[in-house]
Amino acid sequence: MESALGKPSATAIGFFLVFILATLAITGWAARRTKTTSEFFTAGSKVTGFQNGLALAGDFMSAASFLGIAGLVASSGFDGLIYSVGWLVGWPVVTFLVAEPLRNLGKYTFADVVAYRMRQAPVRIASAVSGLTVVAFYLIAQMVGAGSLVKLLFGLPYEVAVVAVGIVMLAYVLFGGMIATTWVQIVKAILLLGGASALAVVVLSRFGMSPMRLFAAAAEKYGPDVLAPGKLVSDPLDTVSLGLALMFGTSGLPHILMRFYTVPNARAARSSVLYATGFIGLFYLITFILGFGAAVLVGRDPIKAIDKGGNMAAPLLAEVVGGTAFLGFISAVAFATILAVVAGLTLSGAAALSHDVWVHVVKRGKADEREQLAVARVATVLLAVLAIGLGIVFKGQNVAFMVGLAFAIAASANFPALLLSMTWRRFTTSGAVASMVTGTVSAIVLIALSPTVQIDILKHASAPFPLKNPALITMTLSFFVGIVVSLARPEPDAAKKFALVERRMHLGPEAGVDDDTTAGH
Amino acid sequence: MVHPSAMREPGRSGPSEREKDLALLARRRWRVAVALTGAMMATYFGFVLLVAYAKPAAGALVAPGLSWGILLGVLVIVVAWVVTGIYVVWANSRYDTKLEQLRAAAREER
Repeated sequence: MESALGKPSATAIGFFLVFILATLAITGWAARRTKTTSEFFTAGSKVTGFQNGLALAGDFMSAASFLGIAGLVASSGFDGLIYSVGWLVGWPVVTFLVAEPLRNLGKYTFADVVAYRMRQAPVRIASAVSGLTVVAFYLIAQMVGAGSLVKLLFGLPYEVAVVAVGIVMLAYVLFGGMIATTWVQIVKAILLLGGASALAVVVLSRFGMSPMRLFAAAAEKYGPDVLAPGKLVSDPLDTVSLGLALMFGTSGLPHILMRFYTVPNARAARSSVLYATGFIGLFYLITFILGFGAAVLVGRDPIKAIDKGGNMAAPLLAEVVGGTAFLGFISAVAFATILAVVAGLTLSGAAALSHDVWVHVVKRGKADEREQLAVARVATVLLAVLAIGLGIVFKGQNVAFMVGLAFAIAASANFPALLLSMTWRRFTTSGAVASMVTGTVSAIVLIALSPTVQIDILKHASAPFPLKNPALITMTLSFFVGIVVSLARPEPDAAKKFALVERRMHLGPEAGVDDDTTAGH
Repeated sequence: MVHPSAMREPGRSGPSEREKDLALLARRRWRVAVALTGAMMATYFGFVLLVAYAKPAAGALVAPGLSWGILLGVLVIVVAWVVTGIYVVWANSRYDTKLEQLRAAAREER
């Protein structure tokens, strides 16, 4: 198939420039409204539930899932749906277990919640380490993805793309803080959902608007196996382990958790996750249709001829049904998608560095407004440089496993400590630190020993650890260590303050019953 | 619930009554949250285990172009929407109303 992919296309670059200019204009507008630390990190908590729902979706729907899942569905059919479903089921869990308590107990980071009744320094350091580890792995996956994507889409060199992503993202976050990041994510979510839906409608119109007729056409072309489970799930233990990481990892992703501080109260936090769950679920249903559409209308061989991983299925489909202009639009949307995710990640990393490490550990909670904001901006610049550096260092590496690793660490290091701090009276400082350190270290070590790294990347014959994703072991271990250490060394102070946590968790900071007078106990 | 005006009188057990009400409400919220989390886990793990263990069944057709696997996968997404919706409706009506009463009682007392 003759495709315009990979050649610098005027339409693609045009659409992309329009997106960059529009988002930079938003950033300029946001910069004038970003004067305090709370505006920088939480948009002054003035985002509505609906807006935050879109922004959460924009923060979460990555180019990897748009291009990757469409590609997986195109090449193997049904199996792609297993992934899609996994990415979605973490969201109800966020709604039930963390969104509201987090909004009521914290200020800028999830460490605010864990450290609420504990000794500040140890908990803040441990959660900054685990949080930044998650952010770093997630960032590497996004930056490397951005570089390879731009090369495929526009034919620009890898390094140029990585540096460009880093600089534009830095502009959003440094000047516009959370206000700009939120709006970039909203615009991106609308473009991605709109673009993907339009593509799906055009595809379905060729099949009498019936997804089933599309699936039947695929089954006719490639055999009935495309509608049946294939090679993706073979080992049930592995499947359950990956499932746990996906299900509880979302509740431990720092950049997702941070978004709950941008709304005014727990009720808005609650409704924002409902909207997000709706949008994200819809997005995965659409991606599934696009994958089948690409298999039937483009064909598996032409897709694989352009990219072995099948990542170009959706853009190629756009070209086949809508010509070069549609290809340009979808390509620009895919790239814009990365920018929005990277901005959210950087902002959450900056919050951990400045709010947790600098303000609460180095300055022992005593830093004035000016200093906090200045440190936050320095941290942002450092993280942007780090993101660009990591993007270039990991060029050409297979980094797809890093998102899975980020979810495994989030589920093992952040989620158990967060949940125990909100629900268990006898949880202690040492327990929290031990749980977070255990989760982080064990997840990294076991991934390094897993077939994902040992066989797929290092090409060894076998792996010392059998599971591809370690969450089943590491999450259990993290809960276990947190509980045992807490029981071994009780902390009466932390237990006494639990009543305060319980009250504030439900009534919120604005409630009249939240007495700071009792905090001195 | 103790009537708010009664709470201003010294010696009444207003605040501790309120504590008890809040503790009760808190327990109910966690119970709902855990039950719905359990429902979501059962649905999702049920789906992946079915797909892993009963591949032929998951590949069988319900209708031309629609296998059981696809139908159930889409249903898992629908279940995710429904359980989230159930929680939000419950929390917006029952839970928030009760919280508002507790807040009002607390303000009244000041």
